[in-house]
Amino acid sequence: MPAKTPEQINQDLLRPLGGASAKYLAALAFFAAIVVAAMCAFVWQAYQGIGVSGLRRPVFWGFYITNFVFWIGLSHAGTLISAILRLANATWRRPVTRCAEVITVFALSIGATFPVIHLGRPWLAFWLIPYPTERGLWPNIRSPLLWDFFAINTYLLGSVTFLLLPIIPDMALIRDRATGLRKKIYSVVALGWRGTPKQWHRLESAMQIMAVAVIPVAVSVHSIVSWDFAMAPVPMWHSTIFAPYFVAGAIFSGIAALIIAMALLRKFLHLEEYLLRVHFENLGKLLLVMSLLWFYFVFAERLTAWYGNEPSEMTVFWVTQTGSFSPLFWLMVVCNFVVPFPILAIKKFRTITGTVIASIGVVIGMWLERFLIIVPSLSHKYLPYSWGTYRPTWVEITITAGTFAGMALLYMLFAKTVPIISIWELKAGQHTLTVHEPSLAHAAEEGAD
Amino acid sequence: MPPRKGPTDVAAPDSIYGLFADPDAAERAMNALRAAGIAPQKIVVMSAQPFDEYSFTQADHKTVMPWLATLGGLVGGTCGFLLARYTQVAYPIITGGMPLVSPWPTAIVTYELTMFGAVITTVVTLLITARLGRGRPAPYDPEISNGKILIGVLEPLDAARADLERRLLGAGAEQVKATGQASN
Repeated sequence: MPAKTPEQINQDLLRPLGGASAKYLAALAFFAAIVVAAMCAFVWQAYQGIGVSGLRRPVFWGFYITNFVFWIGLSHAGTLISAILRLANATWRRPVTRCAEVITVFALSIGATFPVIHLGRPWLAFWLIPYPTERGLWPNIRSPLLWDFFAINTYLLGSVTFLLLPIIPDMALIRDRATGLRKKIYSVVALGWRGTPKQWHRLESAMQIMAVAVIPVAVSVHSIVSWDFAMAPVPMWHSTIFAPYFVAGAIFSGIAALIIAMALLRKFLHLEEYLLRVHFENLGKLLLVMSLLWFYFVFAERLTAWYGNEPSEMTVFWVTQTGSFSPLFWLMVVCNFVVPFPILAIKKFRTITGTVIASIGVVIGMWLERFLIIVPSLSHKYLPYSWGTYRPTWVEITITAGTFAGMALLYMLFAKTVPIISIWELKAGQHTLTVHEPSLAHAAEEGAD
Repeated sequence: MPPRKGPTDVAAPDSIYGLFADPDAAERAMNALRAAGIAPQKIVVMSAQPFDEYSFTQADHKTVMPWLATLGGLVGGTCGFLLARYTQVAYPIITGGMPLVSPWPTAIVTYELTMFGAVITTVVTLLITARLGRGRPAPYDPEISNGKILIGVLEPLDAARADLERRLLGAGAEQVKATGQASN
């Protein structure tokens, strides 16, 4: 990034917070309409009963749990990646971290709604909370579903604070420029920030502690989500590889979502001078590593099942390799490996457009992967007389579409309220580069697209 | 009813300060104030970004935050262990000869609540020790958000004001301002 004055940085990054264009409002209305449709579908399901979905014996986990695992996985985009880059002191992270952390908070919130949507009687969801009742009943702490409750809430708390703490100085910056009601609102959320050395030091200490704490929590969350499956004696689920396989897949889909979000922000908020080609290239390299890791895990999982030749596992194995689920399986392999690998491995193709194409493939592929983990196994369990099929209904499809629209809606609203790039971190990074590492600053300028 | 005062519009105390565009100039100003015998607690520094490598930001670096986070983690973990253990003992189910208190789930819940406790404690410690959310009177200038660094003196002696102004300007202050009585 060419060296900019603090005023220029303020001007560039606060510009998107101004008035809303007609295009912005139209997009907002479009996504809001889909979200409303999804809410109507959910109300319809709650009123009519879970029978309006395609969930039938033996497949009781379908689109909803697929979406749950997918969104929780996607949430690994932000806090985990941001925390790792922060601890590694990667200077290029600064324009990227907030875009990533926002994905985490919204994706995690969306993902956490799916177990409730999935319940036949969602108004009883509070039974999952361990609280004393007059009946003396407690939730069964041995159930991995209850581990989810603790893990997701801890990760949500960590992610929300990890996002909000570094926002405080930027809120103060907006406070100093705003007038009227906006000034009052931003004054409240700025918490009286003044930028004293004590405040900066405490904030940096807190972020350091949070970064250390949030990495193991993020790993534990997706491990526990995987144990929802691996603890059950269901063919192709009962595997020790599931936890690392899920964590790798989560980071994989998370990086892909981050690249897509950054490209959209870059284009629509005109952040070309901040989200540079070097950021996409670096994230592209990470995506390449995760693509290889994902392929290794799929290969290891399939090889072990095939070599073991256990009849019930082989049924699921073949139904995904050559049977009715094979088109989805091979599409998943194409999206997650065949397309991204050459794009990301060849430097010439690792452009912004290239990484975005690869990322779109990965997001589609990872959703398919979650679906293929769940449905083929449940529809082909041990006893052939209980085999079944699954077809999602309009209710599940609408709710699924609603969550994607909801993500877009929340992201758009956030980008209009808070600077999507951390202004103070960017300034601090620029100062560090120009004063202490002028050669790196020059390299960064050359990395500008 | 008079309007309530927000954190940014509390009455500014008596002070004199300079605004610096360059951290090196801010460093010179800090050295000049120290040379003038101003007590460290009377010197006020504010900036729109951290300048860790400069001595003018080195005050108040000691913090017990990591230790409190560890303590919060221990408290959270203990609560998690007790909760997991109690819920299994309070409603005993038939486990077929296996231990009633299952170690693996208990460890998982304990771990998650350990991290929960550490995160909560870190946030609370930050809010308290950085004095966030409490509108204490202090000089503040919106120019800080444009990248200026504020170096000033709280409650300066009347006799010393001219000298302080000269020192701040001499160090490279773009502007020297006063608040409270000092502005009169």
